[in-house]
Amino acid sequence: MSDVLEIKNLHVSIGGKEILRGVNLKITRGETHALMGPNGSGKSTLGLAIMGHPSYETTQGEILLNGENILEMEPNERARAGLFLAFQRPVAIPGVKMADFLRHSSTNVRNPDRKEGEDLIPMREFRKEIKEKMAQLQMDSEFARRYVNDGFSGGEMKRAEILQLAMLQPKFAILDETDSGLDADAVRLASQSINEIGHNKMGLLIITHHDKLLEHNPPNYTHVILGGRIVETGGKELAQELHDQGYDRIRKENPDAAQINDENEVAV
Amino acid sequence: MSPDPEQFDESQELRKTEINKYDFKTESNAVFKARKGIDEEIVRQISSIKNEPEWMLEFRLKSLKIFNEKPMPEWGGDIDLDFQDIFYYLKPTTEQGKSWDDVPEEIKETFEKLGIPEAERKYLSGVKAQFESEVIYGSLEKDLADQGVIFTDTDTAVREHPELLREYFGKIIPPEDNKFAALNSAVWSGGSFIYVPPGVKIEFPLQAYFRINAENMGQFERTLIIVDEGAQIHYVEGCTAPMYTSESLHSAVVEVMVKKDGRCRYTTIQNWANNIYNLVTKRAMAYQDSVMEWVDGNLGSKLTMKYPAVHMMEPGARGEILSIAFSSAGQHQDAGAKLVHSAPNTTGTIISKSISKNGGRSSYRGLAKVEEGAVGSKCSVVCDALILDPESRSDTYPYIEIAEQDVSIGHEASVSRIGEEQMFYLMSRGLSEAEASTMIVNGFIEPLVKELPMEYAVEMNRLIQLQMEGSVG
Ligand SMILES: Nc1ncnc2c1ncn2[C@@H]1O[C@H](COP(=O)(O)OP(=O)(O)OP(=O)(O)O)[C@@H](O)[C@H]1O
Ligand SMILES: [Mg+2]
Repeated sequence: MSDVLEIKNLHVSIGGKEILRGVNLKITRGETHALMGPNGSGKSTLGLAIMGHPSYETTQGEILLNGENILEMEPNERARAGLFLAFQRPVAIPGVKMADFLRHSSTNVRNPDRKEGEDLIPMREFRKEIKEKMAQLQMDSEFARRYVNDGFSGGEMKRAEILQLAMLQPKFAILDETDSGLDADAVRLASQSINEIGHNKMGLLIITHHDKLLEHNPPNYTHVILGGRIVETGGKELAQELHDQGYDRIRKENPDAAQINDENEVAV
Repeated sequence: MSPDPEQFDESQELRKTEINKYDFKTESNAVFKARKGIDEEIVRQISSIKNEPEWMLEFRLKSLKIFNEKPMPEWGGDIDLDFQDIFYYLKPTTEQGKSWDDVPEEIKETFEKLGIPEAERKYLSGVKAQFESEVIYGSLEKDLADQGVIFTDTDTAVREHPELLREYFGKIIPPEDNKFAALNSAVWSGGSFIYVPPGVKIEFPLQAYFRINAENMGQFERTLIIVDEGAQIHYVEGCTAPMYTSESLHSAVVEVMVKKDGRCRYTTIQNWANNIYNLVTKRAMAYQDSVMEWVDGNLGSKLTMKYPAVHMMEPGARGEILSIAFSSAGQHQDAGAKLVHSAPNTTGTIISKSISKNGGRSSYRGLAKVEEGAVGSKCSVVCDALILDPESRSDTYPYIEIAEQDVSIGHEASVSRIGEEQMFYLMSRGLSEAEASTMIVNGFIEPLVKELPMEYAVEMNRLIQLQMEGSVG
């Protein structure tokens, strides 16, 4: 039986302010879902809440992984359970080399029962693997020695997120605008890589404002989020429509959600 | 000798260290232990046991008087010490060993546990091992000795190299300098004496290791390093002690003289137990176009007060000080550095990184001084503090004295707390909270650690790891 990630009536607040107002979503491993919506509609919030960011407080609802509620789990436990978030804005960790970071995280995620202090993936094996994966992503091998996201260009940052996706091989991956800030060639490379790494293998939740990524990774479902709720779900043609025509129709058909979205935007 | 990056990756492994390998006590019978307390009788006793020349006894007695007269420092940390409740001299064995087999079994085992003989075989040019008050083992590669390099304990140097001693001993740091320098000058014992002749470049480090084992012990080693013209040396010292409930005192004096075109790097990696007062005076004088570097890693201790100094005496001299301090529960690191520009076109750099955790307190205290006439000098100070939790504390006390116009002075200070976003990012990739914070701390000091030779970088990371686990003390 396939793995299932199910989000039920999820309400999430930040600093007492409700951002997600009852999100429902079910992803079966192997499927690709597109999540689209205007700025400030709650897309990143959903990703961060699924991953367990401590400032995102779940006030109602459940996140189930194969039927088990993961809300009480720490972010590292969620990662070990097979969840992954490619950050919209990855965080710099000065002084920590990509290679060290990836060796630790890969070890922990691949060997979820590993006790702290037990051995890491053997250096040689790890180095070979990361070299191959970096070559696929057309990354210079020097990159492994750079400090995590420190002084990375927009493109390097997104590529590094994809590299992590490739190393950690999660069951479910949320890709939060992994195509933004990339030039045309880089978008194509990113889209193809994601296809090779995860399409039809992982459960993908792709957050995007563009069409290239979805062209290479056609979604089984497209969800539109507005004012912290999923207001419409369709197939890949819905993604195409939104990309061509924007959110006017959605806003008209969902005036309440549109108003909440606009109020949040003003508040920013 | 910079670390091979390939190997260095290995060093970053966040593996759990055995147990705290430094916290063990050795059952050792002293051949002589002076009674507790300090007075003229004790000072005379130390001098006579060492068979010292009259001038040294006079120096000690004069220093004792200065010690008695000087008030305790009014700044820095709280010192709650009863000077009469300390043993000032303990001789662990009759003879200094020339081979480890000459060293009493239990003391040899002590240093084996600390990894010293192994390090000696692998990557050192020479070693001195001090246990309580005396250096119990010493070695130096033969070809260095043949080139005229002297590496001995300071007591032996007083007897064997009186001309060099009388010229330099107590000249860079006179007993009047401060109360603890005076105390050391009165009761000093052990420490290293090094002379590097002109043009001799020593490739691998010389290392000294200081171990306090007994309770209520005072260790007062005295180190003097003379780097002659165009010569080069890297000296490393390590210090540890087991944990006791009552306080011990470590109060060293280190004097360094770097002559024209010479180069000296002095690296300290110390990991004192939480009952040690570590009150040390270190100063170097750097002459024309020479380079003096202090790399100072301060971990552990109840209170450390230590500000390695470089006095740039002649044009073109360079002083560089890298300082790392880590303070955890019950620890106060009042550490820093001093740069004194006494000649034109001298260059000084201080980079200080401190970490405070579990209610620990780190203070950076530093002096940047440009004296009259030191035109064209450059001085830069950067100090960064990382605070791991709300209970911990960090302070910065920078003192700047500038007596010239045409100089360049830079001072930057930053204080940061471990960020929630950084922690979340790392944890979302499967790292536990402890692993994530250790990684962030290692990253914070990485710019300094990468300056160390590989073996010491590994040691430094291991010590940080121990502190992060809170298993020290
Ligand atoms: N840490 C935070 N503190 C305060 N408000 C926040 C925080 N994170 C998100 N918000 C608010 O929550 C709302 C949703 O933000 P979110 O980042 O989820 O939007 P988004 O759909 O990802 O937008 P975009 O397309 O611009 O990335 C916004 O109003 C935003 O200002
Ligand atoms: Mg977003």
